[in-house]
Amino acid sequence: MDILLQQIINGLVLGSMYALIALGYTMVYGIINLINFAHGEVMMVGALTSWTIIGLMQESMPGTPGYIILIIALIIACVVAATLNFAIEKIAYRPLRNSPKLAPMLTAMGMSLMLQTLAMIIWKPNYKSYPTLLSNTPIEIGGAVISPTQVMILAFTAVSLSVLMWLVNFTKLGRAMRATSENPRVAALMGVKPDVVISATFIIGAVLAAIAGVMYASNYGTAQHAMGFLPGLKAFTAAVFGGIGNLGGAVVGAILLGLIESIGAGYIGQLTGGVLGSNYSDIFAFIVLIIVLTLRPSGLLGERVADRA
Amino acid sequence: MKQQQKIFVFLAAAVGLLVLPLVLQSFGNAWVRIADMSLLFVLLSLGLNIVVGYAGLLDLGYVAFFAIGAYTFGLLSSPHLTDTFPALAASFPDGLHTPLWVIVPLAAGIAGLFGAILGAPTLRLRGDYLAIVTLGFGEIIRVFLNNLDQPFNITNGPKGISQIDSLHFFGLNLGKKLVIGSYEVASVSLYYYLFLTLVVVSVVICHRLELSRVGRAWMAIREDEIAAKAMGINTRNLKLLAFAMGATFGGISGAMFASFQGFISPESFSLMESVMIVAMVVLGGVGYLPGVILGAILLSALPEVLRYVAGPLQEATGGRLDASILRQFLIALAMISVMLLRPRGLWPAPEHGKSL
Repeated sequence: MDILLQQIINGLVLGSMYALIALGYTMVYGIINLINFAHGEVMMVGALTSWTIIGLMQESMPGTPGYIILIIALIIACVVAATLNFAIEKIAYRPLRNSPKLAPMLTAMGMSLMLQTLAMIIWKPNYKSYPTLLSNTPIEIGGAVISPTQVMILAFTAVSLSVLMWLVNFTKLGRAMRATSENPRVAALMGVKPDVVISATFIIGAVLAAIAGVMYASNYGTAQHAMGFLPGLKAFTAAVFGGIGNLGGAVVGAILLGLIESIGAGYIGQLTGGVLGSNYSDIFAFIVLIIVLTLRPSGLLGERVADRA
Repeated sequence: MKQQQKIFVFLAAAVGLLVLPLVLQSFGNAWVRIADMSLLFVLLSLGLNIVVGYAGLLDLGYVAFFAIGAYTFGLLSSPHLTDTFPALAASFPDGLHTPLWVIVPLAAGIAGLFGAILGAPTLRLRGDYLAIVTLGFGEIIRVFLNNLDQPFNITNGPKGISQIDSLHFFGLNLGKKLVIGSYEVASVSLYYYLFLTLVVVSVVICHRLELSRVGRAWMAIREDEIAAKAMGINTRNLKLLAFAMGATFGGISGAMFASFQGFISPESFSLMESVMIVAMVVLGGVGYLPGVILGAILLSALPEVLRYVAGPLQEATGGRLDASILRQFLIALAMISVMLLRPRGLWPAPEHGKSL
């Protein structure tokens, strides 16, 4: 029983990190119909930036409490990631907005590769150990344990999601975003500036990705130039799973995916009598995706069938 | 006059391609290897072009078929299986050396079957959904290759399969150099001629396909699936056919790759390779054979050639920018800049106004 509870907690933590990344994917897709393959790399840049900042601060100001360092690093990481994503959209995606569909997709892949390469040059390709800034003592709940870092991840995710929901549903910018994703041309006729909305979307997505990056690195204790790739892929899977373009769907899909992955990894050994081990956990995401899309091609909460593609 | 010029250019190109390995050979076999790998990538790109270029189905897991072909070949003509299963060794006392005429059609068939298996559940999906599902399929295959060393050691996991037989047919062994009189033709050059033949055959096949009823149906599906269906095209069967046909090309290239390298491991079949093949097709000019070939050669050969001149740069940057990083950087830069400057590819199809 407590194993199950433990896996559920781990799954929620994993799922909430996926959710933060998935939102960036789904918002961008909802507005310009582009799979931003570089999104996982924005998360990686966020994580590595925070790693540098933490290193600098620990050196120059020893004795500063961990959570203050973490918050400052997080803010700087968000700013860097937002600037980066803003620039990526302006340089690489904007000129191609009306080109054949494959072109922006390929630039996005190229961007992803480019960011990984640059990160390798700037931060060197080795794995970096990410310092534990919060206390290490685990908190016990009904037989399972949760670390303060994981509590922080859940809290940060909840806060970020609430802010995002408020932003999208109750502000002028949010209304403009929803209008643009519904129909960019009509939105433009109503006085919405599509370019501003698209830039804002990329910035918001990058901030969420940077938060996810810092959380991911603190949870696993390492950071590296290729760290953004797999979480990015899975987050995109989660976004598709929930119905791409749908914010609620992305969150639901991500949490479900996190749960499936961690519970699946915990029990696959028993279920298959030891034939398949937890090293197969990476493929759960894709198997679930294939099954869901076969049965429901527009995702769990998606309304539109993927006819626009 | 025009016709004569055409024939002249054609003959010059043919002679150039035939002499190329013999010239490169004198500079060292590494250069011929680059040419060999480029030809393999041309073969792969031609296969993917059927799926992406003709039928308009974006496949981001194409390397899975390459892997399936390679592992089929690797398993059936290396000591790996007989070493791990003594029972099998008893029935093959001389070791497992499946002849070429069995193994290559088998690799093509299995890859084609997997293509259809992947195609079947994805028939209802379009565009980006399809892209992500095929990507997932590629990853699933790779994870299995990586982990199928337990409980039965089938793929030997991340260590890969080594000591794969080189190709031999009609008494000619491509793994050894061929001596004609006093002239020696290196093994890599022999492979070059084999791959060149395959590429030429594939180009002819693709060209004929493009002009055929099937090819026209694929393009109709690419432009507008609903309209194609309304015109009486059986979209389901044709999409499956496109997947299977593309996968067959992948399987054959994989078998060639396995015998050429003599060693395969899951590392060669990462998502990055899939992205590279898509990039080759799209960068050159999707759906247009000269464009696809150009893209494949540029993206596979150019970074390798640059790797040789990267030495001074590496010293200048204090080792930070080594050859593989530089190669990756150049590929990324090429992908971004070519798409920004020529969104339809370097050598796009002339007559079509529309593309994907």
